[in-house]
Amino acid sequence: MRQIAFYGKGGIGKSTTSQNTLAQLATKFGQKTMIVGCDPKADSTRLILNTKAQQTVLHLAAERGTVEDLELEDVVQQGFGDISCVECGGPEPGVGCAGRGIITAINFLEGQGAYDGLDFVSYDVLGDVVCGGFAMPIRENKAQEIYIVCSGEMMAMYAANNIARGILKYANSGGVRLGGLICNSRNTDREDELITELARRLNTQMIHFLPRNNVVQHAELRRMTVAQYSPEHAQAKEYELLANKILHNDMLTIPTPISMEELEDLLINFGVIEDEEAHIKAIQGQQKAV
Amino acid sequence: MSAKPEIADFNDLFLSDEYKELLERKKAFEAPCTAAEVEEASAYSKSEAYKEKNFARNSLVVNPAKACQPLGSVMAALGFEKTLPFLHGSQGCTAYFRSHLSRHFKEPVPAVSSSMTEDGAVFGGMRNLIEGLENSVALYKPEMVAVSTTCMAEVIGDDLNAFIETARQEGAVGKDVPIPYANTPSFVGSHITGYDAMLKSILSYLYERSEDVAASSKADFAKLNLILGFEPYTGNFAELKRILSIFGSGYTFLGDQSGNFDSPAAGEYSYYYGGTKLSDVPKAASALGTISLQKYAVKKTLEYIQSGWSQQVVSMPTPIGIRATDRLLAAISEITGLDVPKELTEERGRIVDALTDSHNYLHGKRVALAGDPDLLLGLIGFCLETGMEPVHIVCTNGDKEFQQEAEGLLSSSPYGEEGQVHIGRDLWHMRSLLISDPVDLAIGSSHLKYAAKDANIPLVRLGFPIFDRHHMHRYPIIGYQGTLNVLSLIVNTVLQQLDDQAPEYGFDLVR
Repeated sequence: MRQIAFYGKGGIGKSTTSQNTLAQLATKFGQKTMIVGCDPKADSTRLILNTKAQQTVLHLAAERGTVEDLELEDVVQQGFGDISCVECGGPEPGVGCAGRGIITAINFLEGQGAYDGLDFVSYDVLGDVVCGGFAMPIRENKAQEIYIVCSGEMMAMYAANNIARGILKYANSGGVRLGGLICNSRNTDREDELITELARRLNTQMIHFLPRNNVVQHAELRRMTVAQYSPEHAQAKEYELLANKILHNDMLTIPTPISMEELEDLLINFGVIEDEEAHIKAIQGQQKAV
Repeated sequence: MSAKPEIADFNDLFLSDEYKELLERKKAFEAPCTAAEVEEASAYSKSEAYKEKNFARNSLVVNPAKACQPLGSVMAALGFEKTLPFLHGSQGCTAYFRSHLSRHFKEPVPAVSSSMTEDGAVFGGMRNLIEGLENSVALYKPEMVAVSTTCMAEVIGDDLNAFIETARQEGAVGKDVPIPYANTPSFVGSHITGYDAMLKSILSYLYERSEDVAASSKADFAKLNLILGFEPYTGNFAELKRILSIFGSGYTFLGDQSGNFDSPAAGEYSYYYGGTKLSDVPKAASALGTISLQKYAVKKTLEYIQSGWSQQVVSMPTPIGIRATDRLLAAISEITGLDVPKELTEERGRIVDALTDSHNYLHGKRVALAGDPDLLLGLIGFCLETGMEPVHIVCTNGDKEFQQEAEGLLSSSPYGEEGQVHIGRDLWHMRSLLISDPVDLAIGSSHLKYAAKDANIPLVRLGFPIFDRHHMHRYPIIGYQGTLNVLSLIVNTVLQQLDDQAPEYGFDLVR
């Protein structure tokens, strides 16, 4: 069994990308797959289950008093492509500790033997590796391959670099490796070159460049993956390609995160941001024009 | 020779005029309730209406009959030779575990803490753990360090495996020092869960790192493994060893804390006394089988032994009473192939005789029981054998499986008809039970003394912790001999009460 995890900046399309890709992995390549949603918002499985929101482990545990009172059947649901879906859930924004919630939920799943007989377990983790709890999926015996979803925008790349730092922390003592960057295109300039270069500096690969296509949003509005909504669409093929690359990925590396300065230089070189002098000139130019 | 010092009596001390005045003056600062109000509240707390409210409460626990997970993990660690219990987290927790165990055993309890503070909580406790390991190995020279966690480290999600590995890579601690670890958050489970987690970790760690498992000698194959679990009675270790030596069977205790909790005062203190030899653990995997005298306290450990060591495992609740001891001896006999020795059969006869001597004072006595699941099952069995009737059974850390087993046991005898098993309840619930449906006798830890006093019934102290009576833990409560000890404790408490309450004409010489 392989355990993988998707990380990336909030709003970058992690859940969308992972569900679309895993739907291909399950239907086209016959892989028995489980998705473990590690986001308190509990929206990592809605495209597979075609529902608004799934009953979460922590919500049920809170209702019944303790996680020990739960049965696996209460929280695992089968969705499209026979994918098993679990949402950890967590507290309302602003209260409690979502990180601890993830630890509790994953321990419960492991303890109950939820992973028996699977080919793939995929963790969908929110925004950034903000604390110990969110690192839970990359610890020993959990996710061994991390895929970072990013785009050519500065903050997405900044987050990707930060996640690489989180992985590095656990890579030496445990077995976690970086599997690659997935570029979820925002149609910015020279995006694929930029992410390829960032991947090179992080000692990894851009495993796939996903072009932007509205069919993803159309499918999402109907709470479906493209694989289910429009299986013959070209975008479905893209996810299939990515699924195939993940299935046969042999480039698993220990990342080499770069400094903030290096990251900014990279962005300047690619014209994503301007250097200070050019920026000052531009502002002065604007003022003159006024 | 100087004159003998005058020794004031504690109970009289505060009755002197000086203290009476002092307490009277103190009231000005306390805004106390009037005596009438206190009386009224006390009466209400003993009413049926209050009992109903008490059993409906769900966001408050009062005086639970359980303790934190790491308390158990510290005890598990101290069951192994030259092993230092190391608690990753805040320091106050460690002080609590040490003092709690000290108050019960009246022995020093060595344990260290990584002493996390505010910055540890924010930045993670890795540095604390690494420096803590380096210091404690240098200072206390343990052969093994057993790491478990307090709530603080658990909430922030510290990764013990990664931290310990990093400590080794940095050279803070040598590769040769085994460091098993267990996650023991106290917001889950109880002291028995923590005991189980640490014991399992120690056994699996020592087994998996050893390379010469195959080199076990012939004698190792003929041995029997024994587990006593979260065992607050050092006397139980001695008793079980005595039974096995009468059998003539070789044995290995998987965890034996009796040395550390019963160290001699020989003028010099050492940190480590006795315990299971680390090198005996991998050999134990080749033994004939494992007998555990607790089952609910070592669930995960037993699963591990059964699957990881592919070994026959027999587990039973604390063997108190004739039937339970018969089962223990039958299990030893079956696994080792040795017959039950005549000496033990004779002993059995003597204890049966003792039970019949006392039975007319015990028969029909209604009792309330509180404690850990395994002890409770042992005590229920004993009560039913003697004709005592268990009525209220409170098990704060009992699960549904325990409840079923306890109810099954109760329904096997007419004396168990009235028995009600309350899992997840605390000793404040027990107080309501004792007041609304009175019994003759309460059996449990020292924590039960307040409820027993409010209900005006005697308490027989059995279990953990016993803070207010001395040396109870030195006398076994398992096997035929232990059964005799439990019997004398209970029957003599009943007889004392009989004397205390007897009218003049009934204050008899012979009982």
